Amino acid sequence: MNSTNGERKPVAIEVHGLRKDYAGVNVLDGINLSVKPGEIFVIMGPSGSGKSVLLRQIAGLEIPTAGSVTIDGMDPSLEETRDKVALALVFQSGALFNSMTVVDNLALYPREHRLHPERAIREKVMEALRMLSLEKAVEKFPSELSGGMKKRVAIARALVMQPQILLYDEPTSELDPIMGATIAEIIASLRKAIAVTSVVVSHDRDLAMTIADRVAIIMHGRIKAEGTPDDLRRNNDPEIVDFLNPTINLENPRFRKMEASNE
Amino acid sequence: MTTFMRFFEHVGSIVLLATRAFSHVPTVGRQTGRVVEQCYLIGYTTLPIVAILSFFIGGVLALQAGISLQDFGARQLIGTLVGESMARELGPVMTAILLAGRVGSAITAELASMKVYQEVDALVTMNIRPERILVLPRIVAIILMMPVLTIIADVIGWLGGAVVCQYVTIIGVDWELYFQSLKDFLTVQDVLNGMIKAEVFGIGVVLVACNVGLRTRGGPREIGLSVTQAVVQSLILILVLDYFITRALV
Repeated sequence: MNSTNGERKPVAIEVHGLRKDYAGVNVLDGINLSVKPGEIFVIMGPSGSGKSVLLRQIAGLEIPTAGSVTIDGMDPSLEETRDKVALALVFQSGALFNSMTVVDNLALYPREHRLHPERAIREKVMEALRMLSLEKAVEKFPSELSGGMKKRVAIARALVMQPQILLYDEPTSELDPIMGATIAEIIASLRKAIAVTSVVVSHDRDLAMTIADRVAIIMHGRIKAEGTPDDLRRNNDPEIVDFLNPTINLENPRFRKMEASNE
Repeated sequence: MTTFMRFFEHVGSIVLLATRAFSHVPTVGRQTGRVVEQCYLIGYTTLPIVAILSFFIGGVLALQAGISLQDFGARQLIGTLVGESMARELGPVMTAILLAGRVGSAITAELASMKVYQEVDALVTMNIRPERILVLPRIVAIILMMPVLTIIADVIGWLGGAVVCQYVTIIGVDWELYFQSLKDFLTVQDVLNGMIKAEVFGIGVVLVACNVGLRTRGGPREIGLSVTQAVVQSLILILVLDYFITRALV
């Protein structure tokens, strides 16, 4: 039976010794972390550090090369786990179904799992759209939406699933600062509105430091630092300091150092 | 990975896809809307091109056979030749080839872009099996539509042959003689054998198209490559299957 019929509680995520290789290239190298039920856990890191790969492992979309990911003690890649734990992923691109209207995108999950009668589904969909101020987008197709609206529709679609775990992949990328702040507010407010464990992958420092209970910074496939936002602000590691407070140095540009380290 | 291994991996993935799709057969009743939509796309929109092609295939067959059979004094058998060729071979094979080019390519393009743009991943995270809502309705639609398209192809092909016989003076066989000869030798079994072939080809085309589409990785370039790959594989599959089914049915 699908868990959406029962009472929902946020669940814990455990990652132990996770390693992921693609065609012999190591992307994640021995990741260990645990996310507590109901927590907002932000994973930060520079581009290409393996953040999104880690999120796909947590979502069960890929199988680890070594190590394990468990959700409430179960393997997220198994269909049985998805039957028991409602997990939603807000993709960076939104991954909305282009052939469906916004309302059908949101209604797909409850319709396919026959969670409610059609009228109740419609009400739940409208409630989610109202929460994210998307009432005017109901009959629009994803191609007719702006980037910010697509992200909000993707979040609304996740909400309709009444998830116990909500994963966000770069929720503020490609958005203007105001829309980025709006999305951050939505993520924080959802924790109050629904009992959910949230994992946010982002390189947006402001988002991470504002909404996170805890933050992990991944560099070169490993966790370089982990702790509360205040812990990270106090961290003296030069790489962490540079990542969290990058300065533009015209005299000694960073890309020259990157070139030198690649030679 | 060697070409040999890749071939077996590919065959294995098609078998796995078919097994997973057919395991959801009990949900077909709930997916009537999707099946009807696919029937429209596979059947109705393909019909005009099937009709045009079959008419001219029947016509060309009658023309070629008419000229050749004249040498043996067997012009009266043109109807039999066109009738049996269309029913047993050209009707199902040409319809399947058309479907591979028109429908198979569209299926691969759609599923490949869904895969590349993470819509398939979104389905998986929602615990909705892509095989159930993306593959099964297409298989059911092809099972329903393939016999219809094949019968229409056969009949229009026979008519094409009849028109050529009637109006091309060098052949000099009239309608009546043409249809009499067609009726005398063509059996229901011939038509049924053609439909069996068509069903197998159709299911093969859809499975190949879905499998290639759902295995696509990368970006827009890979979507294009997948479409080409699916069409080529489907054409090879149709011709290989044609030999073995014909061998089994004769």
